[in-house]
Amino acid sequence: MARMDVRSRNHVRVTGRAGAPVVMLAHGFGCDQNMWRLVVPALERHFTVVLFDHVGSGNSQLSSWSQDRYGSLDGYVADVLEVVGELALGPVMFVGHSVSAMMGVLAAAREPEAFAGLVLLAPSPCFIDDPATGYRGGFSAADIDELLESLDANYLGWSGAMAPVIMGNPDRPELGEELTNSFCRTDPEIARVFARVTFLSDNRADLAAVRVPTLVAQCSSDAIAPPEVGAFVHARIPGSRLVTLNATGHCPQLAAPEETAAAIAAFAGAAR
Amino acid sequence: MCETGDAADSRDPAPVDEEARFSELLEDSAEDLYEHAPCGYLSTLLDGRIAKANTTLLDWLGYRRGDLVGRMAFSDLLTVGGRLYHETHFAPLLRMQGEISGIALELKAADGSHLPVMVTSTVKTGSDGQPLLIRTTLFDARDRRAYETELLRARQEADQERDRLKLLNTTLQKTLLPPTLANVPGLDVAAHYHIASVDEVGGDFYDLFPLAAGTWGLFLGDVCGKGAAAAAVTSLARYTLRAAAVYDPDPAAVLANLNTVLNHEYQGTDPRFCTVVFGLLTPDPDRGGFRITLASGGHPPALLMRADGTADYLPTPGGQLIGALPDAHIATTTVHLAPGDTLLLHTDGLTEAHTTAAGGEDRYGDEAFLDFGHDLAPTTASDTIGAVRDLLRTFGTGVDDDTAVLAIHVPRSLSEEQQ
Repeated sequence: MARMDVRSRNHVRVTGRAGAPVVMLAHGFGCDQNMWRLVVPALERHFTVVLFDHVGSGNSQLSSWSQDRYGSLDGYVADVLEVVGELALGPVMFVGHSVSAMMGVLAAAREPEAFAGLVLLAPSPCFIDDPATGYRGGFSAADIDELLESLDANYLGWSGAMAPVIMGNPDRPELGEELTNSFCRTDPEIARVFARVTFLSDNRADLAAVRVPTLVAQCSSDAIAPPEVGAFVHARIPGSRLVTLNATGHCPQLAAPEETAAAIAAFAGAAR
Repeated sequence: MCETGDAADSRDPAPVDEEARFSELLEDSAEDLYEHAPCGYLSTLLDGRIAKANTTLLDWLGYRRGDLVGRMAFSDLLTVGGRLYHETHFAPLLRMQGEISGIALELKAADGSHLPVMVTSTVKTGSDGQPLLIRTTLFDARDRRAYETELLRARQEADQERDRLKLLNTTLQKTLLPPTLANVPGLDVAAHYHIASVDEVGGDFYDLFPLAAGTWGLFLGDVCGKGAAAAAVTSLARYTLRAAAVYDPDPAAVLANLNTVLNHEYQGTDPRFCTVVFGLLTPDPDRGGFRITLASGGHPPALLMRADGTADYLPTPGGQLIGALPDAHIATTTVHLAPGDTLLLHTDGLTEAHTTAAGGEDRYGDEAFLDFGHDLAPTTASDTIGAVRDLLRTFGTGVDDDTAVLAIHVPRSLSEEQQ
């Protein structure tokens, strides 16, 4: 892929201190790089900060999306590695929120030399309970089906009203400021596939392959990734550290930005 | 004065009474308005814990105040799918925007039943701008949800129907074209059919097939109109041309027979006609290459791209539409195809394509197409078709009619190529 294409495909932005260690922030299912805006100011003081949108989210190039490439985590993992390679800033501290945590796990297993380390923020290697092994992901298969159905319903009532605006503007002009809910605007079809990738993936077996320094940062109460899931990730990644943030909910970077930024900065600073 | 005063006294008491009655109705209005509003009210702390709920909401859900306040979070009231959606979309958006409106969610009532609601939330901030709590209104959306579900079902059904129609049209289109072109010894052949719309079957057609004693027939045409009716004419034209060529391979005779058949088949108020070019290919042992006689009934002229890099149309002036008149005039021309020459037949979907956006006034045109031939010559059949496909791609949605192209090329021998 041509040089500029990767940057515009993923709407890559690089801010912060040039020459400083690199922190790459990867948003999860739902929104886009705006999810990080409350932690970026604190990180910018000490790090080069890389922000990007997954293809199909935010200001990424919708035309680059295909069911074939993005029907599994592999396409997203390849994108992460391409962005890291394209920027050529040296090994990055990859901060992956939610589903992006597992993208970091897979990417670091594939090209460990590209990563200074991983911060897995509210990670879950598998959302669905597995009674056979006693694993508790927090949801039954029926629960996840219900989510996928509720996405359908929401897109009719809510996103349906704004999807035509987005889909009618393939060049994606900056409608952002006026458009309500613009941070989470997504093509409904893409969001449905991304929801499947997010909530049906099972990456438990991939955790053991991580060989880079890893911090598992979980919230004290998280309806999506409960504490025992964080503990599972910590136990399976050799030499990983576990911290439990005071933040509640699934998005500590919004609910408790100072605490989250401090945890990232401390780990990324120590890993230099 | 007195009179007017009396009159005023007798009128005044009534409005005073009404006001008093109205004011009585409004007594404790703020509290009552909150508790028994026609929508649910919910106040939650920033971490989602419920701090206050109105009676309407409690009644809907079958909870007592003490069950919710201080004990449950807003997301605890949601179905699992709704909870995931709340965590991944709703809560982040609310944090970032300070408000979020018109979100479809489902509440779980105390008895386990589901209540579809439309949810709007705002963040209440203190004087310093710090968020303090979240205020949420919930509207009963049972009717709306039923309506939406019906819409969704209808849309899925329409999508399925559309897919089925596309499949049918594409299949029908394929049956009107040869699955593969005949292999002619000493000739390089390629063709392409561009479908302008999968919603309707187009009327372009072509074929290349063996005739007696080392001769070959080929044709390319365009039936007026689109859809099933045009497809029926296309089918009739194809098998008539194939059969007529066996009966009498003279190209003018082939088209005259097609003209007769179409005239017989479509009489009166429903005339059906087409433009078509028919060619008879014969190897030329004396000069090498092939001799081709082309007969045209109102069809755009073939483009000959020669080995020496020149390109010209092969005009067949005066040829009339096939099927329109009882005795259509058919024009013929004969040309020698030397090694290195390429002959390209096309339908007017190509030259009539809009070069700007769809619906624009600018058409590609015959002159530009001739220039295209100049630029291409000398070429081969497959390179020609490749170039036409690239050209069509640059027009995008500007190609609003189906386009068929058929190219034949006489390859040079190895020794000629080395020179």
